Amino acid sequence: MSIKEIQDEIVDEFSMFDDWMQRYEYIIDLGKGLPLIEEQYKTEENIITGCQSKVWVHAEQLGDKVIFTADSDAILTKGIIAILIRAFSNQKASDILEANTDFIDEIGLKEHLSPTRANGLVSMIKKLKMYALAFNAKN
Amino acid sequence: MLDIQKIRADFPILSQKVNGKPLVYFDNGATSQKPQVVIDAISKYYQEINANIHRGVHTLSQLATDAYEVSRGKIQKHLNAKHAHEVIFTSGTTHGINAIANGFADFLKPGDEVLVSALEHHSNIVPWQMLCERTGATLKVIPMNENGELIMSVYDKLLSAKTKIVTVNHISNALGTINPIQYMIDKAHEVGAAILIDGAQATPHLKPDVQALDCDFYVFSGHKICGPTGIGILYGKEEWLRKLPPYQGGGEMIATVTFEKTTYADLPHKFEAGTPNIADGIVLGTAIDYLNEIGFDNIAKYEHELLEYATEKLSEIEGLKIFGTAEQKTSVISFNIDGIHPYDIGTIIDKLGIAVRTGHHCAQPIMDFYQIPGTIRASFAFYNTKEEIDVMVEAIKKAQMMLS
Repeated sequence: MSIKEIQDEIVDEFSMFDDWMQRYEYIIDLGKGLPLIEEQYKTEENIITGCQSKVWVHAEQLGDKVIFTADSDAILTKGIIAILIRAFSNQKASDILEANTDFIDEIGLKEHLSPTRANGLVSMIKKLKMYALAFNAKN
Repeated sequence: MLDIQKIRADFPILSQKVNGKPLVYFDNGATSQKPQVVIDAISKYYQEINANIHRGVHTLSQLATDAYEVSRGKIQKHLNAKHAHEVIFTSGTTHGINAIANGFADFLKPGDEVLVSALEHHSNIVPWQMLCERTGATLKVIPMNENGELIMSVYDKLLSAKTKIVTVNHISNALGTINPIQYMIDKAHEVGAAILIDGAQATPHLKPDVQALDCDFYVFSGHKICGPTGIGILYGKEEWLRKLPPYQGGGEMIATVTFEKTTYADLPHKFEAGTPNIADGIVLGTAIDYLNEIGFDNIAKYEHELLEYATEKLSEIEGLKIFGTAEQKTSVISFNIDGIHPYDIGTIIDKLGIAVRTGHHCAQPIMDFYQIPGTIRASFAFYNTKEEIDVMVEAIKKAQMMLS
């Protein structure tokens, strides 16, 4: 599936929820289901700044695709990064770079999260795109 | 007895809804809310007497100058300072600490020591580290115990003729511990060291008497005591303020200026370069009047009730651990819940209208001591209620259910 198709799918899933609690519970579930990053990648340089909780993101290239893995010590943050990874992982670097992130607004995440959390979200997206940019330049 | 409903009506923000829920504001340690008299006084200043001060011969300038100096007088009285010129307007606690740390560069040499406590806010650590880097002096730390109390027997041993200044908060922002500052001041003076008290967290709860304490410096912020942001106070003993060099150069702080030599103005203007924060300086006096009318004894008594009630209620939550269990503490409770990141709790209870602080509270050394990433901190003011504490406890239980 393309990034856009996955994003539409996520928007679709979130549209089923009536209130913030259900959304948050779903995000928590997604957080719990996030495949664990290998311990060796939980390094200082893989930490994303701008979040109150710790977030690590690791990227590697497999064929022409970029694979992201991540973790956080806060479960809501982990849920959010799980959503981002679902949309952006296992995609071509050039596609990741071109992808827009309007779906974040559409699933009500940006407006529902605190300003510092929202900044963390922005930092996470930036970090994913930075990795894509680096791989793209290498290719 | 305080009439809490009447007091709450003085604070327009408290009747607001946040995320569709009635606001429960428990982030008073970060900043206090403002009563209507304070809000009105700000706009009254701009509507009626706004002018630059200490220079103009015109009427408005005179009115503004008078109001500013009257406010200084109120603060002098509030602190029981000997002289009004020992009361310096600053932008806040951080500014006050930096002014003193900066000034001490003239008095320190390699081998001298500066003592800070393990309970300090970053703003009472970093300026002293910078000072030590500049002068070659050594920074020493007064340690704390598991309850969040400073260990006085070690303090006694750290003090020596090498100690030039001790800096400690009156009350810890992260844990609420009330430090034994009277003892610490007396001990510092025995070895000839100066001592600065960071009163940012104390001034909302009590009225310090700087002459009785005999501290050399006492600093605090206006916004934590129902006043505006961007204004604070540096109290300094006259002899110290005369000895210290000015912090900033500019207008207002000079007596004469030529390109060869400038002589400095007398106190307090020596430390108030440039056009000051006139409006907020005046209104800080209004805020202090408001608090004194309620009475600090009443405030302390009621807040202590809130602290005891909240401590008891929170302790009923399974897996909840309180950090900072000093015998002497103010209405601040720092806690965590087993297996849950403080940020997750903070985010969810925010959705339920509850404002608490999460994180390291700008006191990372304390978090390192307990080996935790941060805490949830609920800090109460005299306008909070037991019912609000109940709402928070229920919200935390709900969040705990969602998150575990």
